[in-house]
Amino acid sequence: MSADTRSPFGSRTPVYAFVGNPNCGKSTLFNALTGLKQKVGNYPGVTVEKKIGETYSQHGHPIKIIDLPGAYSLAARSPDEAVLRDVLLGRRADTPQPDRIVCILDASNLERNLYLVHQILDLGRPVILVLNMMDLAAKAGLEIRVARLEKELGIPVVPCEAANGKGIVELRLAMSRADLPLAKHAWEIPIPIAPAVSELAASLQENDGKAPLSARAEALLLLTDQDTVRVMGSKPLHPRTSEIFRSWQKRWEGEGTDWAGSLVSSRYDAITHLCSRIVERKANVGPSVSDRIDQVVTHPLYGWLSLTAIMTLLFLSIFTFAEAPMNLIDDQTSALANWIKASVAAGDLRSLLTDGVIAGVGGVVKFLPQILILFFFVGLLESTGYMARAAFIMDRLMSRVGLNGRSFIPLLSSYACAIPGIMATRTIEDQKDRLTTILIAPLMSCSARLPVYLLLIAALLPNDHFSVWGKVGLMILMYALGTFGAFGFAWLFKRTLLKGEPPLMIMELPPYRLPRLRDIAFHMVERAWMFLKNAGTVILAISIVLWFLSAYPKAHDGATPAQQLEQSFAGRAGHALEPVIKPIGFDWEIGIGLIGSFVAREVFVSTMGVVFNTEASDDNTVPLRKAMANAKWPDGRPLFTPLVCLTLMIFYVFAMQCMSTLAVVKRETNSWRWPLFQTVYMTGTAWVVCFIVYQTGRTLGF
Amino acid sequence: MPALKLSELTIGVQAIVREFPKQGSAFLRLREMGLMPGTTITLIRTAPLGDPLEIKVRGYNLTLRKSEAEHILVEATAKA
Repeated sequence: MSADTRSPFGSRTPVYAFVGNPNCGKSTLFNALTGLKQKVGNYPGVTVEKKIGETYSQHGHPIKIIDLPGAYSLAARSPDEAVLRDVLLGRRADTPQPDRIVCILDASNLERNLYLVHQILDLGRPVILVLNMMDLAAKAGLEIRVARLEKELGIPVVPCEAANGKGIVELRLAMSRADLPLAKHAWEIPIPIAPAVSELAASLQENDGKAPLSARAEALLLLTDQDTVRVMGSKPLHPRTSEIFRSWQKRWEGEGTDWAGSLVSSRYDAITHLCSRIVERKANVGPSVSDRIDQVVTHPLYGWLSLTAIMTLLFLSIFTFAEAPMNLIDDQTSALANWIKASVAAGDLRSLLTDGVIAGVGGVVKFLPQILILFFFVGLLESTGYMARAAFIMDRLMSRVGLNGRSFIPLLSSYACAIPGIMATRTIEDQKDRLTTILIAPLMSCSARLPVYLLLIAALLPNDHFSVWGKVGLMILMYALGTFGAFGFAWLFKRTLLKGEPPLMIMELPPYRLPRLRDIAFHMVERAWMFLKNAGTVILAISIVLWFLSAYPKAHDGATPAQQLEQSFAGRAGHALEPVIKPIGFDWEIGIGLIGSFVAREVFVSTMGVVFNTEASDDNTVPLRKAMANAKWPDGRPLFTPLVCLTLMIFYVFAMQCMSTLAVVKRETNSWRWPLFQTVYMTGTAWVVCFIVYQTGRTLGF
Repeated sequence: MPALKLSELTIGVQAIVREFPKQGSAFLRLREMGLMPGTTITLIRTAPLGDPLEIKVRGYNLTLRKSEAEHILVEATAKA
């Protein structure tokens, strides 16, 4: 080959942007090219995932690839799309403007995929087109003349099947080209709008300092930009430019010109014209596999059955497969604690390590297997396309409280653990819907509450007196309370705090695809790492603080752990808390348990074990239950009356007591404001509901 | 054939969009997704609870709620 091997970028590493609609196979292609050389983070100021990877050109020069979020249009409607627009236009200070753009298209769905391409070609930057999923297009009876498309547009077009590893070499070859031609991209801007576009472009160039080529693109964007999402990095317009824009808008309104609509239409006219020359539709191929699956999966009866079956399977696997690794983690952490106990002299350091760091971090890491399994399932549902069907089926129900179907899977995941649920809310486009979902997710009874419920139900209904149905009924009541509470608050938030545009359900139902385990594994590891990294520091810090609170000040020598705890800061805090929690039937001992639960709710069981001086574990709570049955108020009344047990359970349903969740909410909302609000509203609700239940119960003589 | 609302179209029937609202960000987004006057669509199904609708447009499947579909007028062309 006599190709020019010098890089046109000199010694600088060229930056490529990967751009495409959702479901076009962009991530698969990105993973195939970059392998493990990826960095995942957030764009500063927004919760949009920033993915940068590295690969090599055919000549061995390094290439940087930014995997931009999937989008349908540059006229941003979500933060994802705003980031895409701003990076491509070089508006973000934190990300270099890409030198070249690789547009990935789903070849079986060319027209709609070309819409974004059409907008991107306006930018006047070098573009490579990748026609992915050529095999699926062929199966759908479409024949695409790649050479013709290349000729029509004047830019490289690479046919590809990323899922089968085909076309990757050719793409790398195209990306390695020293020179890339600019597209032949002449399209007719509708006549009533054209003068406005030139006038705006001139003003953008002159007053806003835009480059000549991108000024026209920016002017066009301005006309369809819905301006609902202003993300950091977009500067406000120069007054002169916005004045020109306003006067045109006024004129068009007077004439009845639909400027945005006719712009979109003229783009689609150009695309339809192009497609008529490059796509040939072979004889009709009848209903596709996807159509046939959907006939069952979205059927009025079988649809519900399959949804129930899939969700049951999900929960069964979480509880079945998570158990062994959870026990293993438990064993390992206690082995580690024992080892430290054996090798470090008794004292504060040993206690800090074993009772603080290991107990605290171990208590959270224990949930990692569950979290991983949930990520796996969420990834599986997403990559096969079932996620969109679940949203489609559930939309009507979710709309009752002002949400849409996309909130369903995140909320459902929260029954196992709110953390993956909250992290899965990124698929919700509307920011207010997303925030509402995050705020209510921890109200779903998660698995860390289960040991608490079990202990209290056992204390409330001792074995020999009550049937198993009473216990099951109580358990169902707790789950129902959390669920109804969550939907009630969603309804409230969507009407008050997070009131927004009327909710929409404009969503693509992508064809079903076989899951790519490699991509799901990538996703799982990425998420788990993100959780450990972000929550880890908070968890470590709070564990140490909580340890300190229960270890200091020191009691006299020879004090029992219970005595030590009582006179520690935590014990004093429990006492100080008593006036607040006495109206809901709790004493200072329960108060300590509530404080300890902040590590994770299940810690309540072991804290109570220390408070009542018994050896308690999740598996054997009999000694603890006996101790609880004997616990009394100073005046001799029993502490854990059935009413108090019930009230305490209700408290656990509503109160926000999980530092890992708070750390994740902080990360996903980019501020401490929302986690703080969540703590206040949830714990406040818990107190109010408990107060009503306890006082009513007392009045009725329980 | 007379124009009728997209929300009133019979399942499985193909139709051409005749009138499409000019205002509103939902309708601009639907346009960007390829739905506009002159586009051929097929109503595939409604969700089990009757809302939202699933239509085939430009070779792919799209959902929208009845509250939007009510404002889109279509003309039925043929049974699919």
